[in-house]
Amino acid sequence: MTTPCQFQLNHQPVDMADCDPTESLLRWLKRRRLTGTKEGCADGDCGACTVALLQTESDGNTRFTAVNSCLLPLGSLPGREVLTVEALQQPGAPLHPVQQALVDHAGSQCGYCTPGFVMSLFAGYYAGELGTTAIEGNLCRCTGYRPIRDAAAALARQPVADDAFALRLRLPVTSTAGALDGYHSPLTLADAIALKQQFPDAVWIAGATDLGVELSHGRRRAATYIALDRIAELQQLELNQGHVRIGAALPLSQLETRLAGLFPALDQMLPWFAARQVRNRATLGGNLGTASPIGDLLPVLLALDAVVHLRGPRGERDIAIADYFLGYRKTARADDELIAAVTLPRPPPPSSTTRQLSAAYKVAKRQTDDISIVAAAFAVQIDAAGQVRQARLAYGGVAAIPCRAVGVEDFLRGRTLDAATMETAQALLQAAFTPLSDHRAGAHYRRSLCASLFAKFVATELTGAAA
Amino acid sequence: MKARTHESAEGHVNGRALYTDEQHPPQDLLSLWPVQSPHAHAQIRRIEVSAAARMPGVVRVLTAADIPGENDTGPILHDEPLIAAEQVSFHGQAVAWVVAVDEASARAAAACVEVDYLPLTPCLTIADAIAREAYHLPPARVARGDAATALELAPYRVCGEVSLGGQDHFYLETQTSWVQLDADGLIQVTSSTQHPTETQIIVARVLGIASNRVVCRCLRMGGGFGGKETQANPCAAIAALAAWTTGRPVRIKLSRQLDMQMTGKRHPFYARYEAGFDGDGLLQALRVELYADGGWSCDLSPPVLMRAMVHVDNAYYCPQVEIIGRIARTHLASNTAFRGFGGPQGMLIGEEVMARIAAELNLPADLVRERNFYSDDGDGRRNQTPYGQPVVDNHLAELWQQLKRDSEFDARRRAIAQFNAAHAQLKRGIAITPVKFGISFNKTEYNQAGALVHIYTDGSIQLNHGGTEMGQGLHTKMLAVASHVLGVDSAQIRVMPTSTDKVPNTSATAASSGSDLNGQAVKAACETLRERLVPVAAQLLGCTPQAVRFGAGRIWADGDASVPAASARGLKFAEVVQAAYNTRISLSATGYYRTPGLSWDPKQGRGHPFYYYAFGAAVAEVEVCGFTGVHTLRRVDLLHDVGDSLAELIDRGQIEGGFVQGLGWLTCEELRWNAQGRLLTDAPSTYKIPTLGEVPQDFHVTLFRRSRAPSTNVIFHSKGVGEPPLMLALSVREALREAIAAFAATPCPVTLASPATPEAIYTAIERVRRVEPRAVAEALDVAT
Repeated sequence: MTTPCQFQLNHQPVDMADCDPTESLLRWLKRRRLTGTKEGCADGDCGACTVALLQTESDGNTRFTAVNSCLLPLGSLPGREVLTVEALQQPGAPLHPVQQALVDHAGSQCGYCTPGFVMSLFAGYYAGELGTTAIEGNLCRCTGYRPIRDAAAALARQPVADDAFALRLRLPVTSTAGALDGYHSPLTLADAIALKQQFPDAVWIAGATDLGVELSHGRRRAATYIALDRIAELQQLELNQGHVRIGAALPLSQLETRLAGLFPALDQMLPWFAARQVRNRATLGGNLGTASPIGDLLPVLLALDAVVHLRGPRGERDIAIADYFLGYRKTARADDELIAAVTLPRPPPPSSTTRQLSAAYKVAKRQTDDISIVAAAFAVQIDAAGQVRQARLAYGGVAAIPCRAVGVEDFLRGRTLDAATMETAQALLQAAFTPLSDHRAGAHYRRSLCASLFAKFVATELTGAAA
Repeated sequence: MKARTHESAEGHVNGRALYTDEQHPPQDLLSLWPVQSPHAHAQIRRIEVSAAARMPGVVRVLTAADIPGENDTGPILHDEPLIAAEQVSFHGQAVAWVVAVDEASARAAAACVEVDYLPLTPCLTIADAIAREAYHLPPARVARGDAATALELAPYRVCGEVSLGGQDHFYLETQTSWVQLDADGLIQVTSSTQHPTETQIIVARVLGIASNRVVCRCLRMGGGFGGKETQANPCAAIAALAAWTTGRPVRIKLSRQLDMQMTGKRHPFYARYEAGFDGDGLLQALRVELYADGGWSCDLSPPVLMRAMVHVDNAYYCPQVEIIGRIARTHLASNTAFRGFGGPQGMLIGEEVMARIAAELNLPADLVRERNFYSDDGDGRRNQTPYGQPVVDNHLAELWQQLKRDSEFDARRRAIAQFNAAHAQLKRGIAITPVKFGISFNKTEYNQAGALVHIYTDGSIQLNHGGTEMGQGLHTKMLAVASHVLGVDSAQIRVMPTSTDKVPNTSATAASSGSDLNGQAVKAACETLRERLVPVAAQLLGCTPQAVRFGAGRIWADGDASVPAASARGLKFAEVVQAAYNTRISLSATGYYRTPGLSWDPKQGRGHPFYYYAFGAAVAEVEVCGFTGVHTLRRVDLLHDVGDSLAELIDRGQIEGGFVQGLGWLTCEELRWNAQGRLLTDAPSTYKIPTLGEVPQDFHVTLFRRSRAPSTNVIFHSKGVGEPPLMLALSVREALREAIAAFAATPCPVTLASPATPEAIYTAIERVRRVEPRAVAEALDVAT
């Protein structure tokens, strides 16, 4: 067992007494001359610094999860177990199967990205997830990926070795909270709220996939951080008949598997949300807290008419998602409140009278792991006569906040989605927002996408074919 | 030769392969951080470093005044100050460097250096530079015949313009170096550099000392792609200056943002073209003006531009040609070598011309392409490049037909036509494009190489050569050469870090020539050693020298049937080596090679600059969404000529990796600057290189087996493979053009920006959807 001021690195306890909690694990590894873990960007975008974090998740399973060590503040580590590439092959012993597969398939050229791929494949190997998603968060500039994909496919065909790593997964991780100066990791919501009252200038930190970028570059936003990633209440997922309540700090990877099939728009958007290493840490609460106008999940929450549950010293209050965003990165959340959960109403089962169509879209320069030019999510209820009962058309990337095209929704209500309606709707959508031109795209293209993504939605979902 | 994986593959996967910034001594080490200009163009009026110098951990703040030698790192012209002195010429340029006990302290102090600037108006685009006539060097010209008159006389004519974007190298390991002085004042530079000799020269120049006081070495790079040919020099030079002034070891590793802001990239180009052709689409005349965005300094822009100019023709013969090239002088980071070295930009324009001709005549583009191929049939007239070199060993037509067959090109095109007829908002396109790429440095003197091989008395071998390892597998190939010549297992040979004190006066590892040049030098050194061992072995074996054979780690007499297995015949390699030592035979040899038959007159734009040509062809199939402009790459078939491969797995890796890098350049990688000249896309969050998701599942790569023996003598009849496959990705751009054209009501030319981002494709679709049938007919009338 480790004490609160230690973490396990490659099976060895590390004393954290002198650690700066805001230093990234990557920087620390480098200073300790554990040089197998590479820095390609220090932004969480290249995967070269991927390490495996051993954790027992809220579903009770113990897993190795691949995470970017550049985005992992040391403050989040007390009591946790981390493996770097150095742990995979003991001196004199054969290579680990994932390492051998990469050698056999000529999966390395310059080799600088390779330890990151090794660790992503390592996590995927024991989780039985060796498809594209396991390694799409790792950039390689040399190989063109084909041999790495082949190595992953070959691994997927092998039985998983019954080795010491597999053995370790049979025991839960009992992570204890740490006590590093300026970085608090409360275990209950009540403690978190009390800490915030004690340190009013403290900043909430969830998966650290956004704040972690700042910390990685040595920019500290506050003297005190309150981490939300060890609070069991924030990790709960309740599947009720009429709605789903999602703990705000549940990693998105968990949503991907545990909500699969319930909300088509969510299923479509989650794989486009960053890459595996980021989804292993990122949370709905983090996305809502950051409130970026281009946060990919926010249009989905708008289209699905989510409710945000806030918790603070004055208790819990609920805010409809439509009322949550107030201005550029400004929300209805008070500074001393935290986001506890999000409720999504479940779509009514299709009946003879109505059916609900919903889908999400994302257009970016690169289709995998990129920031949206425009993200959109649509939910439309249509009655038996083909008339629109209700429509929610939500967009990201077109205004200072993620928002709905309310005027167009009003126009659509009561109409059938025929050619004439669509022509007017598209004209209205083109004019609904005044997006910016930036390095991602021009305003004209963004306006066009507002209209054509809805046209694509109607063409695809209503007629069942994208043409 | 047998399939080999990378010699460092195990070190790559277990994390034990060391890179530059992982080798330095832990004691007394200092780090650097730059003070960067917030203006693209400005006069420096005053620099005040005293506050920064007093910050905790700071050892020294370096400005131009601290440079004992020449404040210049320019590889061709001396126009590139290491530290800006009087004026800044691009946003992010270093005006001072802080030396401190760690990077965080240096960075904090850099923010406290006060600089007083007088901002000047920057020139930020090629268009700006043309308007202001701001160029590096006079225009360059390559011409044959009278293109102007031939254009007048041609039955059909098209003209157009193309702007194409640059590309960041995005090597995973950013620029890095560390330097220490030994007790005798020797400057030991370790650098992630493709050109250790040039790094050595520049360090000596900046410090004002002779080259023999500097040793530069490189163990391996985490990717190079041309980005560490000259761009490694400033980092090594500033670390050397810091070590020189402080007397302590100094390291530097640029953060990703610093690297992207400060170092050069692939040149963006702007081109105007005019082509004359007949009714069959055969080129009669071509006139092209090329403008390369050189950035603030000259760097390697002249040879990059020249390679673009001599690759506009790609695989196509044109009787009357005039190509004029200019280098725009802009206030941006200075653009530099990048895999293909101007070739890709030139060939993109050549392929644009082919596509325009096909559209104007409403002919299939593949037909127009193959009709225009260089051909050595008949008198060979149609096999002559505009610069006067014949296309030696031209087997492109054979390769092309094989790929068309193997990829089922015609059948798939018919299926695509049916698919497109049935879908209004989803269109597919297929295209086949060729690659002909000249192998050798245009600059003749670079085409030489050296090697140094030592055999120790236990039979183990150290192999030194002038090339650097950046992931391309050069060391693996050099091991194959040495092991083949000396008849020993490659496990007996150790490739040493590239070092200027072992092999001097080397050329950059570049121009796809690393194994051609160094392989011949290694072969020569090993053959010298073998010749020395032969008489020793002959005496021991009691046979004639002619009968001595090497192989499987042994040396035996030919015809010796006393032992059935070769592995037990004769003597162990080590036994003969020990005997040679005992008889006082030198066991160390150098090897040297220069490529034969090269000549190049850059003023006339004529000569025989290439030893041979690499050939390849690619078929790409895409699907484009009309709602969004988003495309998917459905299938790729590559057929490439690597000759008799030295290492097939490695060559295949170069082909696939080059293709995907080209794919990124042409589709998702977009460099954007703001109106002040600040690079906005300076991190992987904003600059998107391909991920696994962009690579098609259906990805076929085949090595071409030529039916005719080559007329050249490349090392073991292999061919250079580093750069040419990048240009196979032009097939994707042309397939996108086909898919976009399918959105038009009537056949029309497609204008597509490069890179073909979803926005660029969407814009191109909007444009073709607006074309009325009548307008095309009129356009054709005008052209005729």
